[in-house]
Amino acid sequence: MKPLPTSRRAVLKGALAGVTATGLAVPEWALAQTGKIRVGLMLPYSGAFAPLGVAIENGVRLAINEQGGKLGGREIEWFKVDDESDPSKGIENANKLVQRDKVDVLIGTVHSGVQMGIQKVARDSGVLTLIPNAGIHAATRALCAPNVFRTSFSNSQPTLALGEAMVKRGHKKAVWITWKYAAGDEAFEGFKESYTKAGGTIVKELGLPFPNVEFQALLTEIAALKPDAVACFFAGPSGAKFMKDFAAAGLKGKIALYGSGFLTEGVLEAAGPAAEGVMTTLHYSDSLDTPRNKAFRLAYAKTFRAQPDVYAVQGYDTGLLLAQGLKAVNGDVNAKPALFKAMESAVIDSPRGKWTMSPSHNPVQDIYLRVAENGENKVIGVAAKALADPGTGCRMG
Amino acid sequence: MSAPQSHLETLPRSLNVLLALCFLALLLFPFVGTDFYVQMVSRMMILAIFAMSLDLLQGVTGLVSLGHAAYFGVAGYALAFLTPAGEPISLYTSLPLAVAASALLALMIGFLVVRTHGIYFIMVTMAFAQMVFYLFFDNKALGGSDGIYINFKPDAKLFNLENKHVFYYFTIACLLAVYIFLRRLLWSPFGRALAGIRVNEHRMRALGFDTFAHKLCAFTLAGALAGLAGYLWGAQTGYINPELMGFHMSAHAIMMVILGGMGHFAGAIIGAFSFEYVLHVFKDLPEVAGFNLGKHWQLWMGLFIVALVVFAPRGILGLLAKIFKSNGDAP
Amino acid sequence: MDIVNFLIQLLNSMQYGLLLFMLAAGLTLIFGIMGVVNLAHGSFYMLGAYLAWSLASLTGSFALAILVGTILSVLFGLLLEWLLFRHFYQRDHLDQVLLTFGLIYVFEEMRSILWGDDVHGVAIPDLLSASIPLTDTLSYPVYRLFMSAVCLVLALGLYLLISKTKLGMKIRAGAFNHEMTQALGVNIKLIHAVVFALGVGLATVAGMVAAPVSSVYPNMGSQVLIMCFVVVVIGGIGSVKGALVAALLVGLVDTFGKVLLPQVAGMLVYVLMAAVLLFKPEGLFKH
Repeated sequence: MKPLPTSRRAVLKGALAGVTATGLAVPEWALAQTGKIRVGLMLPYSGAFAPLGVAIENGVRLAINEQGGKLGGREIEWFKVDDESDPSKGIENANKLVQRDKVDVLIGTVHSGVQMGIQKVARDSGVLTLIPNAGIHAATRALCAPNVFRTSFSNSQPTLALGEAMVKRGHKKAVWITWKYAAGDEAFEGFKESYTKAGGTIVKELGLPFPNVEFQALLTEIAALKPDAVACFFAGPSGAKFMKDFAAAGLKGKIALYGSGFLTEGVLEAAGPAAEGVMTTLHYSDSLDTPRNKAFRLAYAKTFRAQPDVYAVQGYDTGLLLAQGLKAVNGDVNAKPALFKAMESAVIDSPRGKWTMSPSHNPVQDIYLRVAENGENKVIGVAAKALADPGTGCRMG
Repeated sequence: MSAPQSHLETLPRSLNVLLALCFLALLLFPFVGTDFYVQMVSRMMILAIFAMSLDLLQGVTGLVSLGHAAYFGVAGYALAFLTPAGEPISLYTSLPLAVAASALLALMIGFLVVRTHGIYFIMVTMAFAQMVFYLFFDNKALGGSDGIYINFKPDAKLFNLENKHVFYYFTIACLLAVYIFLRRLLWSPFGRALAGIRVNEHRMRALGFDTFAHKLCAFTLAGALAGLAGYLWGAQTGYINPELMGFHMSAHAIMMVILGGMGHFAGAIIGAFSFEYVLHVFKDLPEVAGFNLGKHWQLWMGLFIVALVVFAPRGILGLLAKIFKSNGDAP
Repeated sequence: MDIVNFLIQLLNSMQYGLLLFMLAAGLTLIFGIMGVVNLAHGSFYMLGAYLAWSLASLTGSFALAILVGTILSVLFGLLLEWLLFRHFYQRDHLDQVLLTFGLIYVFEEMRSILWGDDVHGVAIPDLLSASIPLTDTLSYPVYRLFMSAVCLVLALGLYLLISKTKLGMKIRAGAFNHEMTQALGVNIKLIHAVVFALGVGLATVAGMVAAPVSSVYPNMGSQVLIMCFVVVVIGGIGSVKGALVAALLVGLVDTFGKVLLPQVAGMLVYVLMAAVLLFKPEGLFKH
């Protein structure tokens, strides 16, 4: 048989080289164990939630560095994946860390829709998974798992504390507005429950598609409805825009504006005077006057030359929880029952105050009532003490 | 609208041999690849079916659809709605239903859309796909922007699709079946008529062909095959959301078909694999001199696409055909 | 909904419609005259918004930012046309779709590298930051009225340019018959460059003017692009008048849909498009 002409050989050789070079054909046994603990971060590093991803990672690293830079005495090898806040790639991205990079710990993410993908992979693989933000109920309710822990909040926790605060101030008729996605819907659940229980009436429930920020038509609608107050859930810089548009439509001062605390997190400077007087409920506030919070804020500012927000605190607490858990098992991440037990019984000395894990692995924490004044969220009281997520439908072990 | 010589209906014999070898490699892959990569290749094969369905429309009939992903996504949603929360649904009932749903949608939209030409066709296909997208995106009842999870792979009774390797081979079987079907279709009278429409529709009409009916048929068939791919995607990933019907997905399909080379369905397969592979490589680029190359994968992807259009309009298969032909083999 | 509310929503819809028109006019011109389908049109809108933000932060003056921004983007448009688009007028629509789709990626990433991924607000200049009280609860921001005014002025300017000037006549001739116009001694290459720059200019000014109201964020281009395409399809490719009518229609349907029928609000515009196409497959005003 005629030998293959050179160019064809070249093509075949090149293809083979290319395939092996990128590890497509590397079998499992070749991935050597190095003794380092593999920590995978799945966070948004691009798009609208990128600043949150960065803040969370900063918090995690700060906490671990303060503990000596090791987990349970072991060095750390970091892996990162940008989840782009894209739910359709959630499972694929989580698998990149869990199946391809074989991480021992998975930390992620911000967007609740993406979190569902991580949850699926976490439940299927049994990998230790820490949620530093996404508040989707299912993660610590119907789809809870012994290896999944959340260090942030559940979507209804902040708003469960909002209803009573509003009614106490005489605002008995309210319009609710948010984005139509899981986080918005679940925040509404908490609001509806607490507000109606306290005697308030929800005049109308308005929604716009995520992440749309064209509020004009809906603000006009709110003005026509003339409620006592507006309660809302918006996160990120869209919160600033909402407050600005609210003021520009002349509603500020005539209709009280309340929100789940994310409305005013990290955006007070951008919002300017439009944010003055806006009341929110959240499990943290930058102005919390405790030595722990002050020390944390100083350390964060020195290390990252930026002011920390609730996302940074959540990341920090994730690092603390991970460090505590792994210390208890001397770094043996495979000693799962002991590791999980240690994490379940941990008391986290957080900048937000001390908190513990609920049976379904969600923080049991105080929710503060804050008012935006002079560019900071001033704490004016505790809206709900030791609030726990009910964990409905969670069946663990 | 499309130049007739940019289509690769027949290939040099040695190139066909190469393609057969690649197929063999595909068959043997699960024995050497890790779980993660077996799943990745399964996904690539599903996208290859999707790309082939678009090739029928675009490469053979000459209709450029910017909304083909709608039919891909709808079948996935059909599976999601048919699968109960606590147990799997039979493969033999859900697959035909899902494909039928996609075909029906393609028939309805096709009826409105096939009467337009050129730029109009491109834009209305995109706009209708967006309509379907918003239908699902805005309605909680249909899953909303968060999508729906499919907790169990379909029950095939005779074999277990939950096993990753079994699923892989099932996907290969589907891929092969679609490929053979489309190749035979290409050379059937219907297929020849479609090719004729691509080259000169007026002439075909003058010859007495009902071009509207032919185009509508092609559109519906392409939609049904896209539905097969969408069903497999839903079964494999266990998650369906509106983005799978969106503009970006449709554009990816077009890019896969062009990258591979239009008109010969093997090109669509090559295009799907190469596109996903290139994407994978770009996303994993390391940090060089403080500049995170992987983070900016979209830039490399964009430049790659631009370079492709400027330098290799006949795609990879076209390039290979040129190389192999120039070495003296008769096509 | 009472009459005052209705009128205010009408005002809202007009403002949105006029902004869409600015974008759609550029797109339809480029389509109609050069036959080029440009998916990256939304990226120019984004470019305008980011330019407005960065130049306003740099110079402290919004007006100056718009002026400089317009000049910069027109130059950019000319460069792009000369470098890339010019070579694609005669090529397949498919190739154009692909090229411009690739460009979307490139532009998004350049934006990410140059200006980062954060979301930004652009301050409304003090002169225009008041609100006019319309009812006892609602005021209408002056800036939104300003936006509508700018769009109207530009729309009028475009109309006058195309139908009353010599340049406009050459543009129309070039669209009607490419070769004949060239044979008659008109520099068709220049015309193409002018039209392309005009289209880019309109899109970027739209982005700049809308920036204080819409915020400046990644991916803002793709959201508005699709709306733009719908407007062009409804109005008829190549017809600026059609783009205006269609844009106002879309504004109406979108605004009132959001308030009255939130469940189907996202779909309504496409249903409108489907209805138009059923009776007039080439849009409302055939070119």
